[in-house]
Amino acid sequence: MSNTDIIIHDEKDNVGVVVIEKINPEQDCNCWIMENDKSVSIQSKDEIPLGHKIAMADLNEGDTILKYGHDIGKVVKNIKKGEHVHVHNVKTKKW
Amino acid sequence: MEIPKSFLGYKRENGRAGTRNHVIILPVDDISNACAEAVANNIKGTIALPHSYGRLQFGADLELHFRTMIGTGKNPNVAAVIVVGIEPKWTKRIVDAIATTGKPVEGFSIEGVGDIDTIAKVSKKAQEFSMWASEKQREECPMSDLWISVKCGESDTTSGLASNPTVGNLMDKLEPLGVHLCFGETSELTGAETVCEKRGKTPEAQAKFKKTWNDYNDFILKEATDDLSESQPTAGNIAGGLTTIEEKAFGNFQKIGGCQFIDVLEPAEEPTKGAGLYFMDTSSAAAECVTLQAAGGFNIHLFPTGQGNIIGNPIEPVIKLTANPLTAKTMSEHIDVDVSKILSREMNLSQAGDELIKSTLRVANGRLTCAEALGHKEFVMTKLYRSA
Repeated sequence: MSNTDIIIHDEKDNVGVVVIEKINPEQDCNCWIMENDKSVSIQSKDEIPLGHKIAMADLNEGDTILKYGHDIGKVVKNIKKGEHVHVHNVKTKKW
Repeated sequence: MEIPKSFLGYKRENGRAGTRNHVIILPVDDISNACAEAVANNIKGTIALPHSYGRLQFGADLELHFRTMIGTGKNPNVAAVIVVGIEPKWTKRIVDAIATTGKPVEGFSIEGVGDIDTIAKVSKKAQEFSMWASEKQREECPMSDLWISVKCGESDTTSGLASNPTVGNLMDKLEPLGVHLCFGETSELTGAETVCEKRGKTPEAQAKFKKTWNDYNDFILKEATDDLSESQPTAGNIAGGLTTIEEKAFGNFQKIGGCQFIDVLEPAEEPTKGAGLYFMDTSSAAAECVTLQAAGGFNIHLFPTGQGNIIGNPIEPVIKLTANPLTAKTMSEHIDVDVSKILSREMNLSQAGDELIKSTLRVANGRLTCAEALGHKEFVMTKLYRSA
């Protein structure tokens, strides 16, 4: 079995979580979807450290980030597939 | 994996079963700690539960104090109880309520007697209880005698990825067997509160959860200073990859798997609606939460951790699991179950859930948890507001 670089909680999610020390720009990554035990692949655009999120699709300002199959916040700056998703481009809807 | 049908527990007078066989010396108030600790030092096989409160409390805060004291004494992991307080009236109220279980319980008050003579009298009774309890044998008990509480702590991204979902997998597998289950942490469901509300099995359970969370949120909004938005998630959470409070809350929420809760409990309240999952209104501080769940009658606890919380409880064994490979290595003496292989896909969630079920049963049957072997006995009362 090839190594898993990214884990995705739910098939509906548009972000995955890096589970190796870091991924590098233009790295071809193996992703595992926990919910259904399926595998997909993605090429990263940024360096992303362990525990941080990668965009699995192009996302526009105002879009909702889905993780665990649920709304965890809104996009505040356009994000390309493969880019790092964090506090610089996503905000809570709570306050 | 075929799930075992039974475990070896201590059958109690009221039909419940314990995973432990403690004889406790329970101080009603802070000033009776010294007496309780002296007795536990004199008499082997007993344990004192010192704490910081029990004087001049009033209203809902006092009721919670009594509920915690009484519930701790009634817990089936406790074979027999001695209650020691400064005054006879509150001592008797706790003794009478514990006595409804049918287990041996006796109360002593210190006022007008002094510590030394009280310690002598209590020690004689404690010796009798300890020797009586030492003859109790473990017997085969159905899985439905397990009451499992859960709470996570020192969470990081590995908690939401793997250790919390492992607990959820265990819940999904054990709920059909008639096990009682309990989760809490009102504050750390913020962001997932509407999704959590919908997990209520009945409209009543949903409404009760909504009111409980709203009451908490109103309190936060009233007390909050400008830095609240920097507290959830914390700087540490953000460094670890958590972006929003919603993301943190959904990580926490993984612990209940696909289960629905049948009722919402007050802190330390005993469930009365039969087997299934309950939500208890608790603090998110580990020792406070587990103390309340133990007082609610839960007899074994599952505690997923990311960075390595080391909590234990004097009467309810606390099983730690982690999916963080670094924590599993650097803090191995605290970790009962290592599920870090989920992250490298050497183990799937169902296999991890099975491993956790096996470990839970070993502990239910008597194997010491890491926290027990290391002597962790955090007994922490929840206080709602200042005393009169």
